[in-house]
Amino acid sequence: MKPGVVRTEALLITKEPYYEPQGDEILLFESAYRNRIPVLLKGPTGCGKTRFMEHMAWRLRRPLVTVSCHDDLTASDLVGRYLITAGDTAWVDGPLAHAVRVGGICYLDEIVEARKDTTVVIHPLADDRRVLPIEKTGEVLRAPPEFALAISYNPGYQSVLKDLKQSTRQRFVALEFDYPPADLEQRIVDRESGIGAETAAKLVRFAAMTRNLKGSGLEEGASTRLLVHAAKLMVSGISPVAACRGAVAQALTDDPEMVAAINELSASLF
Amino acid sequence: MTDLKPWTAPEWEDWLDEELDAALSLRRTSRPAAMALATLGRDRQDFARHWIAIVAKTNPELAFHFANRAAEGLRRMARDDAEAWIIQAMDVYDKMGLYPAIAALGDIETFAAAREQRSRAAALEQVGPVLELFLQGLSGRRLKLEAGDRTFNDTARIHLPASLALLPTREANLRLYKVTAAHLWAQTRFGTFPGNDPERLVNRCHAFPDATYACGLFHALETIRLDACLARELPGLHRELRTLQDRPPAPASWAPWVARLEAADATVDDSYEALAALYGEPLPAPHLYQGTLDAAAVAAALKSRLEEERTALQNALKALLGDKPPQTAAPEERRFTVHDKDAGRNDPTLLLDGQPLAVPPDVHALMRSIAQDLGEIPDEYLVPAGDGAYAAESGKKPEDVWKGTYHEEGAFLYNEWDYKRQHYRKDWCVLRELDVHPADEPFVAETLRKYAGLASRLRKTFEALRGENATQRRQKHGDDVDFDALVEGFADLRSGRELPDGLFLRNSRFARNIAVMFMVDMSGSTKGWINDAERESLVLLCEALEILGDRYAIYGFSGITRKRCEMYRVKRFEDRYDDTVRARITGIKPRDYTRMGVAIRHLCGILNGVEARTKLLVTLSDGKPDDYDGYRGEYGIEDTRQALLEAKRDGIHAFCITIDTDARDYLPHMYGAVNYAQIDDVRKLPLKISDIYRHLTS
Ligand SMILES: Nc1ncnc2c1ncn2[C@@H]1O[C@H](COP(=O)(O)OP(=O)(O)OP(=O)(O)O)[C@@H](O)[C@H]1O
Ligand SMILES: [Mg+2]
Repeated sequence: MKPGVVRTEALLITKEPYYEPQGDEILLFESAYRNRIPVLLKGPTGCGKTRFMEHMAWRLRRPLVTVSCHDDLTASDLVGRYLITAGDTAWVDGPLAHAVRVGGICYLDEIVEARKDTTVVIHPLADDRRVLPIEKTGEVLRAPPEFALAISYNPGYQSVLKDLKQSTRQRFVALEFDYPPADLEQRIVDRESGIGAETAAKLVRFAAMTRNLKGSGLEEGASTRLLVHAAKLMVSGISPVAACRGAVAQALTDDPEMVAAINELSASLF
Repeated sequence: MTDLKPWTAPEWEDWLDEELDAALSLRRTSRPAAMALATLGRDRQDFARHWIAIVAKTNPELAFHFANRAAEGLRRMARDDAEAWIIQAMDVYDKMGLYPAIAALGDIETFAAAREQRSRAAALEQVGPVLELFLQGLSGRRLKLEAGDRTFNDTARIHLPASLALLPTREANLRLYKVTAAHLWAQTRFGTFPGNDPERLVNRCHAFPDATYACGLFHALETIRLDACLARELPGLHRELRTLQDRPPAPASWAPWVARLEAADATVDDSYEALAALYGEPLPAPHLYQGTLDAAAVAAALKSRLEEERTALQNALKALLGDKPPQTAAPEERRFTVHDKDAGRNDPTLLLDGQPLAVPPDVHALMRSIAQDLGEIPDEYLVPAGDGAYAAESGKKPEDVWKGTYHEEGAFLYNEWDYKRQHYRKDWCVLRELDVHPADEPFVAETLRKYAGLASRLRKTFEALRGENATQRRQKHGDDVDFDALVEGFADLRSGRELPDGLFLRNSRFARNIAVMFMVDMSGSTKGWINDAERESLVLLCEALEILGDRYAIYGFSGITRKRCEMYRVKRFEDRYDDTVRARITGIKPRDYTRMGVAIRHLCGILNGVEARTKLLVTLSDGKPDDYDGYRGEYGIEDTRQALLEAKRDGIHAFCITIDTDARDYLPHMYGAVNYAQIDDVRKLPLKISDIYRHLTS
């Protein structure tokens, strides 16, 4: 196997990923896919965006290529680069080019984290041209109909340096995600951890309490993901209070007063 | 610990004779002290020697007295406390002389008791911040804590004692604070005081011959009901509440009532019924955590909230009427009604003369809140405020302003957005730039002293921001080889092309290239705390920004009417942060009104003239836009919103910080959902503002 290359079969999801729909997002995604319109997933961290993508990839039977964007991500990291192999140079596709070639679904997670000049390489792919020009090889990849592009973005971040440009966002169909309603979230926590409905319900109430503190010193309340973490710890025998402290309070903030308040909230519930 | 043998009485005597020589005589020997000290363990003896020697250097007479009390004091108190006891006596000696100092040494029992109390006491000041967050998490809205002599919830605030030492350890007292606050919160949460009848508790209790006793009995019964509610909703808390105190069970005659009050569907009405049935029974001892019930305070707080909401609604209705085009009917004949019968109390619809009316979100929230308190919106709430309502707010007449000294020459003219007509009123506002009068007070130095800890922490965070490194690729010179470039170059070379010249990586400081404008509310309503907090915040911000190297300017805004909008220069972009600027920050004073739109437009004009990759306008205000000549309500909100949209079109990021204790529904609409922060406690502004700024720009 060449370095940096992943076999396509490895990316095919064969087992149905568990996903509880919050609304009509599955329908919307499918029809955007059929119309070859790229999709923007908006929503806070840990609310099921990645899981949704896995689920959709499974549904549409396409390989899923996920890239977590970071501030050092360059266009070459996405498109590809030359590598030296056995004294010679060889071109190796980046994940985006790879997804285009195999007609997969490319999911760029947290797109705003990427450098601005990186974001623009997806522009020609994201409008009706659906091409990926590879400058260094002079190649222009034309996306097959099965290819789909999805990006995610958390609008809750207030940094002015991390705003999605209009010219980028206006190429996408946007799906809005949020933490699921209580009964659904309880089912998710239960299913993912096997903790049982009653404790799952308590965890969901605990999450609501932390979400009440958003804006008063907490940037974000506890996500579904954190609840699943706490539930898993409890299932393996950690006491509820300790599990909430480790998986939720400490994960949310370093502010000692806030940590203390969140610990008091979980201690009150359990 | 030491294994040495204790000093014997004769050894002590020798040592004391030497140390206390000046205070001893034939009649006044060291023997009694030596005998007593010889009974102590060696550790305590060493401690005593150490201190006797020290005190003797100050005053041998005082040392003599100390030596005589030392054995008793050291036996009664732990080391820390004993040390405090001695130091206290020496302090008294320094300030008041020998005899008071001797007296201070004498009362060992009182001193030790006070120390014990202190060591187990918990202070509200200390737990308050965590408690407030805790309550906010529980209830979803902010409940204010207030330190006082009594413990009660008046529905607007939770009153707690400034310190608690009822229980034997500090830890237990901290827990008592929490449990007490939660129990008082439960009164609000589980409906002890329904909002629709402020006087209910007062009236019900006065229906009995002994109102005070009735109120106490009602409280005991409610406590049973609320404890059961807590046991269901917050079992962990309920466990803690149980462990705090052992109590005898309620008398047997209460059993059926207790069962009823503990049922899941029990309400405050059951407590009132139980009150009537059990009236005359002896009162059980109160729980440590139950506090008191202050029926009068509750009535007053509920009433004033209802009154505020009623006035707010009536004013809103008047504004709505004013917006409607004139009709054949005279204004006093037009009728508001509410359609909430079938939609339930959650979503009342406002009708004017039978026609549904679109209302702004803040009015809608208000209507919902009233409907929730009262079960409906009573007809008398639906009478628009009379003409006097606004005029009463201020003694000034608009004409007075027009008579003023304004001249339009030398001033800036700005459009204003009229949302009713959906177009701009051209050159509507006249704005002038003025200087803030520098004030000669040590405000800046005091602020830096007051926030010394914070300031140094900020310095560190901001230094870290500034120092953020970025690696530049494909440089001609650099610290490291750029392998990507090299490999590509190698490929180029092989295919007969030229080797590119940028093959290095260079680390360089990330150039921030940010210009930020601070627009500070100088309206009359900022008087007091808010003005202080604004000024303190500016001082801390300037310190932080100087470190970052971001370019920044500060302007204040205020004015009366569209003809007199004023911008106060505190620091222009080109000014350095020097003594003049510091004196101007000090000199920022509350003035008149808050016409936000024109101020935003003016400062955006200035920002447009600055060369920067990222431009930021941060406004700092205490709430709603508001000016004398109709710039209020929806008009002001919509114009402000429009001005912010204009800023956005110019590529300026606007961020608004609002100092306001109430959650306002219009804020997301006016500012944009993620473009503002609300600070509900002015005192926190200086702590938060730099955080907000850091967050915004990283
Ligand atoms: N609707 C859902 N159905 C099933 N599981 C869910 C759902 N929502 C959240 N989860 C659970 O929450 C976890 C976190 O979700 P996920 O990783 O998809 O979050 P995300 O939105 O991608 O977060 P981030 O923005 O941080 O990447 C999942 O692993 C899953 O356990
Ligand atoms: Mg994800």
